[in-house]
Amino acid sequence: MVSAPDILEPVETEAPDISDIRVDSVGDFTFPERNKFDSGFGITEKTIDYIADVKGDPDWIREFRHKALKVFQEKPMPTHWATKDLENIKFDEFRYYLSDGQKPKRSWDEVPEDVKKTFDRLGIPEQERKFLAGVEAQYDSEAAYSNIKAAVEEQGVIFVNSTEGLHKYPEIFKKWFGKVIPTGDNKFSALNSAVFSGGSFIYVPPGVKVKHPLQAYFRINSEQFGQFERTLIIADEGAEVMYMEGCTAPKFETATLHSAVVELVAMKGAKIQYVTVQNWSSNVFNLVTKRGIAHEDAEVRWIDCNIGSRLTMKYPGVIMKGRRARGEVISIALANSGQHQDTGAKMVHAADETTSNVISKSISIGEGRATYRGLVHIPKHLKGCKNNTECDALLINPNSRTDTYPAISVRGNQHATQHEASVSQVSADQIFYLMQRGLTEAEAMSLSVNGFINDLVKEFPMEYSVELKRLIDLEMEGSVG
Amino acid sequence: MPSDTPTGLLSIAPARSTSTPAWFTTRSNAAWAEFQSLPLPGLKDEHWRYSNAKKIELADHAPAKTPTAEQSKAALAATEGLKERAARFVFVNDTLVESDTSGLPAGVVCVSFEEALKSHEAALQQHFMKGDLPLGSGKFAALHLAHVKAGTVIIVPKNVVIEKPVEIFHWVVGDHAAIFPHTLVVTGDHAQVSVVDHYRSLEGEGGLSIAIADLVGGSGSQITYAACQELADDAQALHLSSITAGRDASVKSFQVQLGAAFSRSESVSDLVGQGARSDMLSVSLPIGDQIVDQRTLQRHKAPHATSDLLYKNALYGKSRTVFSGLIIVDEGAHYTDAYQTCRNLLNSNDAEANSLPGLEINADQVKCSHGSTSGPIADEELFYLKARGIPDIESRRLIVEGFLADVIERFGNSEVLDTLVARIDEKLVRAE
Repeated sequence: MVSAPDILEPVETEAPDISDIRVDSVGDFTFPERNKFDSGFGITEKTIDYIADVKGDPDWIREFRHKALKVFQEKPMPTHWATKDLENIKFDEFRYYLSDGQKPKRSWDEVPEDVKKTFDRLGIPEQERKFLAGVEAQYDSEAAYSNIKAAVEEQGVIFVNSTEGLHKYPEIFKKWFGKVIPTGDNKFSALNSAVFSGGSFIYVPPGVKVKHPLQAYFRINSEQFGQFERTLIIADEGAEVMYMEGCTAPKFETATLHSAVVELVAMKGAKIQYVTVQNWSSNVFNLVTKRGIAHEDAEVRWIDCNIGSRLTMKYPGVIMKGRRARGEVISIALANSGQHQDTGAKMVHAADETTSNVISKSISIGEGRATYRGLVHIPKHLKGCKNNTECDALLINPNSRTDTYPAISVRGNQHATQHEASVSQVSADQIFYLMQRGLTEAEAMSLSVNGFINDLVKEFPMEYSVELKRLIDLEMEGSVG
Repeated sequence: MPSDTPTGLLSIAPARSTSTPAWFTTRSNAAWAEFQSLPLPGLKDEHWRYSNAKKIELADHAPAKTPTAEQSKAALAATEGLKERAARFVFVNDTLVESDTSGLPAGVVCVSFEEALKSHEAALQQHFMKGDLPLGSGKFAALHLAHVKAGTVIIVPKNVVIEKPVEIFHWVVGDHAAIFPHTLVVTGDHAQVSVVDHYRSLEGEGGLSIAIADLVGGSGSQITYAACQELADDAQALHLSSITAGRDASVKSFQVQLGAAFSRSESVSDLVGQGARSDMLSVSLPIGDQIVDQRTLQRHKAPHATSDLLYKNALYGKSRTVFSGLIIVDEGAHYTDAYQTCRNLLNSNDAEANSLPGLEINADQVKCSHGSTSGPIADEELFYLKARGIPDIESRRLIVEGFLADVIERFGNSEVLDTLVARIDEKLVRAE
């Protein structure tokens, strides 16, 4: 149903019981929309003002959004290097802001029933009790739930959604917002800058090491909708934090757009680990810009797993700005039929003795296509920079596809870079060996694939790695035989 | 505005004599029209990433003039070729000044391009510039086709083996002169041939060579081809090669880039028959402000084929290299073995190496890998030699020589190896 871009009254609906909803996979279910605020279809100056009005943005943000919209409209689609599938994104057929107009709740009991059931079903409250230091759960454009454990809050850690961060902590927010990823970085970062809503704002004070991970969960519930969260994480001197994000959406008839911008700032000696398990349904365009700045002795690690979506384009980057800074990207991608996982890494060395490491493994199943795109840049007059890049691809079926397009640029004779890529199959011998020991062909295949990515799966927190293996098994189902 | 008026190669229409076959004049004229209509590749063109098509200064060059007798004599005097050779051709400014085909077995066609237009029209019509030139130089290839008049056509019949290399020299003489040499090598089933092209400058400012080589390997045949570019330091060079390897054919191609301020090579290998093999090799030794721009494509169109690429660059001064390689394994090209390695040895703090090694795999049961490294000489290696009493500067030279010789050895001709190593030595002395 197409709704006009005026403010809708909340629609009361009887929340159906979860058991009544037919599902094919964990995330594939939906509740009726009851949005108080709906920016309507398409994106114009009016849309921007609507969002700014609803969110009560300060003037500088409103201006920032308007400028970004111009940049977005001027920039061409990057189809001269990226897939032509981007042309199938019809920007006029999306709604850019949807919310029920309620503030995020601190307790699950206050969260609206259908939203709570959504996250219950995805296991978020349970995980929070078990091992998380804080959780934020975003439902369409706005956070529905946001909580941080008292002990962590007492250490001075700030963990709120981006709107709250912007209003409550402008002095920290403004200093770094849009500084790591400028609006004009690419077409989709410009789009996000124009209509961003939700996402996390995290500040960890000097020396504070957050023991347990902070988690955000992103959920798309509405059809023909674009989610544009904006996350900014700042770890002050010597601080350490791990942030995890998960995401799901039901499978609608039409495409859904998700375009996030994530900026990380690791001050001197700080460490940030950012873990993503992306499991969007297979009609989501997931076009994400992620980048971190690592100051002296700081470390930024992106641990990234892409299983879902129709098209993912995501190249987490690290700008190593201070001496001995370290950047790392660990990436697993699984592309099934109808999917294109176009992922990679960008490592920009901007100081002496900086080191970076990229390990990427992809698995293509059926007619799936996995692409690695990398950039390593070591400019002039630096000393002792090192990069190691490894990308391995596994092809499961005869029609599976994989591509690798790295770009390595080195100046000067005091650096070392190495890049290696390989493409292989699960060999018939391997399968035979396992089947001979009583496994079915599917089990043998699943075991081999898990073996291929096992060393990377270990990098994920325990609860995630179990989930990851399960998801991979699920995706592999029926791919052999 | 006078500056808007096209000059040089942008405006000088090619002249074809009336004796040129009609089909060729038609193709050549069409190419001239195509050249004029095609835009110059822009900075956003992926095929020109890290490079710039404006480095080939078309407006500043004009087709080379027919050489004077003195120029021809000087060029011939400077031509020091292989002792062991099957044939030799010397061109000065796209004009044939010497040919010697006395060492060739009977039945082999080895003639100048001009001659081939008269005597071997059918072979030219079948093989001449049939490739699709997918690596970004369509405009320059059209210019080549519009102007081409010199070069060599070699057709080796079935089962004929030519042991010694055919050697071809292309000299460019005079200020801002442009040459358009062409090499076409076609082998029949199980034939074997080895061809070496040299591109050199005699005198004069600037100089431009836009050369194309078409190598067509028939079933079970072997082609070994080298393009040695040693133009003057202020020259510009473009070399486009397209290789077609048929069933069980083996084609080895080798790019040596020693001269020119800007040199670009585009090498395409099409593996069209089962069991085909293509070895793609290159060495470069840029110094000063030299730019070496290398684009390669290994296209596996048939199953059970092998391609193996090894490019090595030793960089000095403020030089820059760009290596952009792609392996494409087509659907159905199962059991492909494809490898691609680019190694950059950075010997100065201002040198810059850019690598874009790419893979696109659409088939199953494929063994594919690429590797790219960039770095300085390892301290351990220098220490090892120092411990044996070898001074630093000499150690470095030995290491670089060894680094590059490793590729040249794969070319498999000892005289070519010795000659090239000597040329590299000469340049290494200049590099330091």
